[in-house]
Amino acid sequence: MNNAAFLVIAIVTLAGALAAATLPKLIHAALCLIVAFVGLAAFFFFLGAEFVGLVQLFVYVGAVAVLIVFTILLTRRDVGKPDKFNWGGIVVAVAVFGGLLWAILKTPSVAIAAAQIPPLTVKRIGEVLLTNYVWPLQCVGLLLTAALIGALVLVMEEKRR
Amino acid sequence: MTTLSILLVISAALFCIGLLAALSRRHAIFILIGIELMLAAANLNFVAFWRFGPEPQTPTGVMVAIFSIAIAAAEVAVGLALVISVYRHYRTTNVDRLNQLKG
Amino acid sequence: MNHWIVANLWLIPAIPLAAALSILCLNSSRGKGAAALAVLGQIVALVMAVIAFVPTLQAPGWRAFHNFTWFTFGEQALRIGWVLDPLAAAMLVMITLVGLCIFVFSVGYMADDKNFTRFFAYLSFFSAAMLGVVIANSLLLLFVCWELVGLASYLLIGFWIDKPSAAAAAKKAFITTRIGDIGFFLGILWLYSGSGTLLFYDNGHGCLENAGLLLLGASATFVALLIFCGAVGKSGQFPLHVWLPDAMEGPTPVSALIHAATMVAAGVFLVARVYPLFSAGAIDGVTPSLTVVVSIGVITAVMAALIALAQFDIKRILAYSTVSQLGLMMVSLGVGGVAAGIMHLIAHGFFKALLFLGAGSVIHGCDHEQDIRKMGGLRWLMPVTFLTYAIGMMNLSGVPFFFSGGWTKEEILQATTHWHVSHLPHYLMLVGVVLTALYMTRQMIYVFFGNKRAASTHAHESPRVMTMPLMMLAGCSIVLSIALTPAWPWLHSYLNGEPAHFHIARLIQPMLFVSLALVAAGIGLGWLIYRNVAETDPVEQAQPALFHFLESKMWLDELYDWTVIGLSKMAARLSDWMDRNVWDGLVRAFAGLGQFFGIFSADFDERGINAGVDEATGGTRGLGRLMSALHSGQIQTYLRAAAVSVLALLILYAWLT
Repeated sequence: MNNAAFLVIAIVTLAGALAAATLPKLIHAALCLIVAFVGLAAFFFFLGAEFVGLVQLFVYVGAVAVLIVFTILLTRRDVGKPDKFNWGGIVVAVAVFGGLLWAILKTPSVAIAAAQIPPLTVKRIGEVLLTNYVWPLQCVGLLLTAALIGALVLVMEEKRR
Repeated sequence: MTTLSILLVISAALFCIGLLAALSRRHAIFILIGIELMLAAANLNFVAFWRFGPEPQTPTGVMVAIFSIAIAAAEVAVGLALVISVYRHYRTTNVDRLNQLKG
Repeated sequence: MNHWIVANLWLIPAIPLAAALSILCLNSSRGKGAAALAVLGQIVALVMAVIAFVPTLQAPGWRAFHNFTWFTFGEQALRIGWVLDPLAAAMLVMITLVGLCIFVFSVGYMADDKNFTRFFAYLSFFSAAMLGVVIANSLLLLFVCWELVGLASYLLIGFWIDKPSAAAAAKKAFITTRIGDIGFFLGILWLYSGSGTLLFYDNGHGCLENAGLLLLGASATFVALLIFCGAVGKSGQFPLHVWLPDAMEGPTPVSALIHAATMVAAGVFLVARVYPLFSAGAIDGVTPSLTVVVSIGVITAVMAALIALAQFDIKRILAYSTVSQLGLMMVSLGVGGVAAGIMHLIAHGFFKALLFLGAGSVIHGCDHEQDIRKMGGLRWLMPVTFLTYAIGMMNLSGVPFFFSGGWTKEEILQATTHWHVSHLPHYLMLVGVVLTALYMTRQMIYVFFGNKRAASTHAHESPRVMTMPLMMLAGCSIVLSIALTPAWPWLHSYLNGEPAHFHIARLIQPMLFVSLALVAAGIGLGWLIYRNVAETDPVEQAQPALFHFLESKMWLDELYDWTVIGLSKMAARLSDWMDRNVWDGLVRAFAGLGQFFGIFSADFDERGINAGVDEATGGTRGLGRLMSALHSGQIQTYLRAAAVSVLALLILYAWLT
């Protein structure tokens, strides 16, 4: 992949994210969020982690974004009004960015070139997932089940007595 | 600038955009979007460090990213459910008006 | 040597625990299924306990343990494990057997309760926690299970949550035992820092083995005393016994479980388990910590027996008798008769469960009346209950020959004579025996003899499911007496790790006649005093002041109300008053000073001074507002503060490097 493509992906991702964070209408923001996530997935592909990129697409673009849009629909009466923007946050965010930038540029050990590695196949991921990472996998399964039930319980209509 | 440091800068930028959303928007859903962006930035860091790290043969960073995505999915489901139930209760999702803990 | 059961000993508590968890998942309408699961779990645990009992018979003093690393932090590895020795095996069998009887009884007793399933889940949980205490080979594991026992007792005492008195009693039990547990926990910490291990037995490196005790040195006394605090709380010893009688607010099977097999047994068991800590550095079998144990035990035993004389609630009498018997066990442990104390604990487990279940049967038959003055003449109406209750009463009073309680009590009396420090405990224990016989006779006469009174007119015998456990327990307590006689002291030798020999001549010894005479005196005296008992108590007529003193439990509850609770309330009120008058007054004084100054200099420069004072008060107010603005309840403000703090840390880092 060449540098131009890298640049384009970076610009698309950051622009999408910036739009998602700043657009006044919530529904527009949610759609821009999808763009940002697609860009991020492209980064994962670029880095040779195709599986993570796919998961990112499926989970974020496929599920999370749809969930957000649904929530916007369900809380529409309130969300319709455009959101007031608080400028104080920008100062903090820019300051944090400055701090992080300083830390990245100051650290010498990040100046390394990528090594050649065999492609990371889904088969290999599956093997690792079911050997070294089998307990975290089970825990995440449990967590997802709990989150599913928890979300259901939270949004359940209270019974009228 | 190497590819790794460019990636780190992009990730930092993404993180700060997420922080911006979480800090300055009033709708609870925006805060959630901001948190998602921050998590995504962290994932990018994990994968980048795996790719350029000393041991790219063992896919540790990839695994962490996958688990982190799964946990983020759980988090956003519960978070949005909370938004909906808060909305039902207070008829608003504006976090400025959710100040029951005000001292 | 290492039987497979040793490595899998954890299964014994795990099975009732699994039963409890699966019952919790059941719908509350599945009462039968819940009861079946709980009883089944208990039966399996009993079978396992018997299997575990078998290898301990191989050789005298057989002991096996299984340790493993729980987790590692840094260089330290935290190891836990379980131990199987005669003490643990005997307790396991007793707990599961008594527990089983109580479970079966509960099926009948709680049949009408709408929270039937929840009850059985808690019962199973209770039994599991106690079994965990018994098998633990690490003080930490023991403490964890110990706290679980506390939690289960809280849940069960407050089982009837809509009854305020039950909720209060549950709270009281929890908090009172917690006071002791603080000491226990400090003891654990001290022990760990002193000996570097919490394992009891670890091939010579455990804290109860010589190497560990050598490391502890003189601090063993303090560790033992701190651990004893926990036992005082759990086993209802003076001064923390106040929760035990109140625990009667729970359903009767729970009282039986708490008083016989689980909760209170834990304290005595704990002392027996860590006995090497108590006896470390003993001269003639006397150490400061053991002397404390004896004193507390003596006070508890005599005081509780006296209070029991003046109670009218059938369960409260039994509760105080438990407190008194626990005191007796502590005395026995303290004077060096560990085996005698544990034997009494085991025998007590059987007959106290029998008495409580019998009381439950009486209460059930009399439409939930608990006042013995309203009962009477039940011996023809409830024959099975009467007979089994009489057996329990003989056991508790200490009638020798056929009743296990008699032999064990005699053994304890025998042990107290060997104590070198003082003979006072021995004589006080003799008085205790008379008192025990006296109050049990009083209760028997009130409940089962004489004329029928208000509550007993419609009394009826309980169903088979309730009388069967009674007969079972009565049978057990009689059968157990075979292994307790001085002629063939099998259980004594088993617990002490010596071979048992048969000597018929030892059957006849002076202590036998002494205790026989004392029990006869107690029962005879009781018969004389109470034979024509009516609604009022004869002792109350003769000595109203003394009786009232005992009836109101020596006013200890009131004393605690005035002292401990009153003190904390007073401290709260004092700080409130300080806040209102002193600090507020100071502030007002300053303001007044300012005002005074302002008025005084009004003609000098009214505006300037006034404005200054205004500025000062405004500043104070503004500061307060600023402070309260920090707690805005705004999540974003907090988030921003977090981000700014991170930045500050980053800047600090940059500045330092």
